[in-house]
Amino acid sequence: MSSRDTIFASIRRSLHVKGDERIRSTIVDERLDRSPKGVVPARAQLDSAGKLALFIEKAEGVQATVARVLSPKDVPGEVARYLRDNNLPAALRMGDDPRLSAMPWKDTALDVTTGRSNGLDLSGITHAETAVAETGTLAILSGHENPTTLNFLPDNHIVVLNASDLVADLESVWARVRKKVGKGEMPRTVNFVTGPSRSGDIEQTILLGAHGPRALHIVVVEG
Amino acid sequence: MSVHPTSHSFKDNASRAIADGSVPRALKNVRQNFIDKRVKAVDALPEFEALRESAREIKNHTLAHLDLYLERYEQKVKDSGGHVHFAVDSAEARNIVLDICRKVGARTVTKGKSMISEEIGLNGHLEAAGIVPVETDLGEYIIQLRGETPSHIIAPAVHLTKDQIEKDFRRVHTQLDPNRDLTEKRSLLTEARTMLREKFLAADVGITGANFLIAETGSSVIVTNEGNGDLTQILPRVHIVIASIEKVVPTLEDVSQILRVLARSATGQEMSVYTTFSTGPRRATDVDGPEEYHVVLLDNGRSAMLGTEFQDMLRCIRCAACMNHCPVYHQIGGHAYGWIYPGPMGSVLTPSLIGVDKAGHLPNASTFCGRCESVCPMKIPLPKMMRHWREREFERNLNPAVARYGLGFWAFFAKKPWLYNLSTRVAAKAMKLMGRNKGRFQSLPGLGAWTQYRDFAVPEGETFQAQWKKRAGK
Repeated sequence: MSSRDTIFASIRRSLHVKGDERIRSTIVDERLDRSPKGVVPARAQLDSAGKLALFIEKAEGVQATVARVLSPKDVPGEVARYLRDNNLPAALRMGDDPRLSAMPWKDTALDVTTGRSNGLDLSGITHAETAVAETGTLAILSGHENPTTLNFLPDNHIVVLNASDLVADLESVWARVRKKVGKGEMPRTVNFVTGPSRSGDIEQTILLGAHGPRALHIVVVEG
Repeated sequence: MSVHPTSHSFKDNASRAIADGSVPRALKNVRQNFIDKRVKAVDALPEFEALRESAREIKNHTLAHLDLYLERYEQKVKDSGGHVHFAVDSAEARNIVLDICRKVGARTVTKGKSMISEEIGLNGHLEAAGIVPVETDLGEYIIQLRGETPSHIIAPAVHLTKDQIEKDFRRVHTQLDPNRDLTEKRSLLTEARTMLREKFLAADVGITGANFLIAETGSSVIVTNEGNGDLTQILPRVHIVIASIEKVVPTLEDVSQILRVLARSATGQEMSVYTTFSTGPRRATDVDGPEEYHVVLLDNGRSAMLGTEFQDMLRCIRCAACMNHCPVYHQIGGHAYGWIYPGPMGSVLTPSLIGVDKAGHLPNASTFCGRCESVCPMKIPLPKMMRHWREREFERNLNPAVARYGLGFWAFFAKKPWLYNLSTRVAAKAMKLMGRNKGRFQSLPGLGAWTQYRDFAVPEGETFQAQWKKRAGK
């Protein structure tokens, strides 16, 4: 008997089932199909302005910084300002997300390179798929558009978020992901990011910038 | 790093820890950083109690259909191009991981924090085969340098002070300037970040645990703050997930319910910094991510807990709220428990996994104050299960003879109320008389184990029952 069979046999023995009961399968498949929501906190069930205000409050509460711009074409200027104000080199790495590529980076002095990070980039930028007002959480999907390495290797992580993509709660993220890739499917990686990296492992003192980014800057596009 | 439990020597371990006195010093920040922050986060979410109930129901439902959800999960992992391996016990799990590492010619592996890795003793096994495992969670990295096991399930180095860590870094990082300034905690963090950055980029295999496995999508989920788990799972060519079978939950919505109680109960955060869902290897159009994705599913005695009075323990999501709130844990620290799971959750789980004959002391090391159950996000009745273990221990004649005879002696009286009342009345009066000068006994015949650590107060002279009767039950 394989280890797999041994384990399944043991589970079924303990549960006093055979595993082929139709009623059990129906219950399980229905749940997987329907994905019932459970308890969704009332906190973020607000209008667009309310959601945005809550998102910013929550993100800043976990030491992210947030800038608001009116149009995608204002993003490069804001990024250049952020890097300059923080004494960072005017260099940036991004994937080939069409929303980012379409922005006027040439209008800035930024040295923009594309592709995944190999660990040498000080600053990287990705575009969020959506974000959660409830907790100030960004949701970023993997792919050549926004390589996952850009979310973790550069010291400074900049994320662009369209205000119109912001949702109230975690459950609404899944509705969006399913619309994009299909029910039951997922991109290789879905990153929920809530503030910059931190550790409390030395005498339980919270220090920012453990292994991931030391800083998280969110640029919200309102137009 | 040893996986050999020393839970059978719990009493000695605990006495040593108390005599040493360093545990309460090291844990002095736990109140402010775990307990107070948890209360604040819980108070800020009116739905917290409803979410606890919802989380409990999700796990109960999953456990009742565990075979089916595991099948659905396995199929989804395969559909996404990943591999699933089943391991009955620790030895099998270790060998599966080693085989995968050997097949890809791995020389170094990076590791995200995983209690299952500790449970199966993976590091020693890889080292013996010439493969270098590198722990990358800061706390795990520190204890790996010291050759220790974690003393806390989410804060593995909670027993150490900054000065101890500085000494270890100077001892191990010999390639760095010996005169460098490490007085600030931040400089220690920065040093670890620098040392580990090259390991992340050079590793052949990355091994992580999983907080959840999702049947709906075949995803594994890790919840971290440092980002080390993510660097571990996206940079190497191979990603291995090691997880126990009860980590599966049905859907993305179900995970979302439990996430809301997990971080709040663990660290008082509303969300941990990184919650990452990984599904299979990198896709055709991806430019990063692992080329191979393996999941090793460990049973190690868990399937046998289903359908017993210990099934509820399988709801545990390893948040550590129980130990953060445990008066016993705060006095003796995590290492005294003698295996990798300390505190109340360990006192219930350890006997299930290594046997009550080896770990019977643990469920006895409880004041039954009930704080663990009251803060458990999954509403696990920990004290009740510790009582079950005590019963099992008694049934199996595992208690020391003196405890058994003592209980028999007490039972003889307790079954005859008139004799019980008479003898306790006489004893209380006699003891009042004998102790009237000092007000306390420093030693009593047959009660050395008690009076060794504290005095025995002199009785007031009247038994509880007598006073109860006198006050007419008021």
